[in-house]
Amino acid sequence: MTPFSYVRAIDAADALRLAAGSAAAYLGGGTNLVDLMRETVARPDTLVDVSGLSDTIEETDGGGMLIGAAVRNTALAEHRAVRTRYPMLARAILAGASAQIRNMATVGGNLLQRTRCSYFYDTDGSRCNKRAPGAGCDAIEGFNRNHAILGASAMCVATHPSDMCVALVALDATVHLQGGRGARTLPFTALHRLPVDHPEIDTVLEPGELITAVELPPLPFAKTSTYRKVRDRASYAFALVSVAAALQLDGDRIEDVRIALGGVAHKPWRAFKAEAALRNGPATEEAFRAAAIAELADATPLRDNRFKVELSTRTLIAVLGDLAGAAA
Amino acid sequence: MSINVNGSTAKLPIDARVSLLDFLRDDLHLYGSKKGCNQGACGACTVLVDGERILSCLALAVQYQGRKIITVEGLAEGNALHPLQQAFIDHDGLQCGYCTPGQICSAIGMATEAKRGVPSYVSSDLGAEVILTRDELQERMSGNLCRCGAHNGIIDAIRETVAAETAA
Repeated sequence: MTPFSYVRAIDAADALRLAAGSAAAYLGGGTNLVDLMRETVARPDTLVDVSGLSDTIEETDGGGMLIGAAVRNTALAEHRAVRTRYPMLARAILAGASAQIRNMATVGGNLLQRTRCSYFYDTDGSRCNKRAPGAGCDAIEGFNRNHAILGASAMCVATHPSDMCVALVALDATVHLQGGRGARTLPFTALHRLPVDHPEIDTVLEPGELITAVELPPLPFAKTSTYRKVRDRASYAFALVSVAAALQLDGDRIEDVRIALGGVAHKPWRAFKAEAALRNGPATEEAFRAAAIAELADATPLRDNRFKVELSTRTLIAVLGDLAGAAA
Repeated sequence: MSINVNGSTAKLPIDARVSLLDFLRDDLHLYGSKKGCNQGACGACTVLVDGERILSCLALAVQYQGRKIITVEGLAEGNALHPLQQAFIDHDGLQCGYCTPGQICSAIGMATEAKRGVPSYVSSDLGAEVILTRDELQERMSGNLCRCGAHNGIIDAIRETVAAETAA
């Protein structure tokens, strides 16, 4: 690990000040960053510990919820209102990592965790445009079973590893930020980037900008929502594919729907095409299949991950089928 | 800059790079917590911080200033083993023993979570009271690997002790 100095922020303004003008990084639970530093993939000169900042979960006036960035993953998943009003979010968090890691990891850190592409981690032997811009990508022609089928570029085929973010992007959450030029909010769908020509940049955050909170909108039909994760073993593994979905029926007609996919792209993938195909249509397996096919029409699978197209389709159909049964 | 480990106060390391695991093992000579993968994949380094289970390999010691750490060395009362330690022996919940300290600390933290009502990914009803079935225990303990394959004995030991207390 490269030497660094460690400082603890007392509030957001203090954090911004401490992180200014250096190769600083904000430290939450450290479950990803400490590992990246040990592998020398990340080499910050200063760690600004923000894990002691806002860890409250509040109901908002508008009927949503405001979640402090330092809330631990476990605390969010066990919150009574999250479990009953946004079950897809609780379930997505509980699908991620292990209980020990969920006890450490913060909400803000979860949003900013980096891909687990093994070429990204392999500092000794692999080329990676995300780790060393311009170096090349050994995943494209390499072992790419876990890699992206949607939105990838010739520079990078990595996937975003988070489960929680898949639910947050489906729920139309908002990210609260504090930066040198003040506070701003960002739709969750706009937070993460596709790789295009700059895979080294994961999000649209400006240098030094701090995530202070995540806000959930009131979305009453999210009470009929879930998250399903498909992986190589039953627990404690990253997703091959995952689906977060919420469904609102009016009789047999789909009044509203939210869908996002995980494990398939460089960012948590909101399935807008599938949603558009389903809205105001029948809640039938045929319609679910057509929606999945519409969403995956642009998929560009690699040598080893062609199975993800069919797996995403089947998982989406199964999840929507379950929700239709529960909503009816 | 101090930390409490198994009831004793200790001085934290000056070098911020030192993980909580290395601090426990190298500075305090508490060799129970193991360095299996050192990247958060195996659970052998699991310790309790203020009663919550965490991975000490992914924790920087300096981040835990003022907190109370319990390692496997802090569980027995004198010569009397913690009931879960005895149950691991009774149910052959180990072979080589390398993962055992992490398994035991993890199970104690797991039981606290269950008592608090924390659901798991396999809980069919997220709002319901937690019932620690075998499926639930397997899911909740999935962060601790045992390469000898003693998982069945481990689950039996947990069911008989800390999980049974949860149900009571």
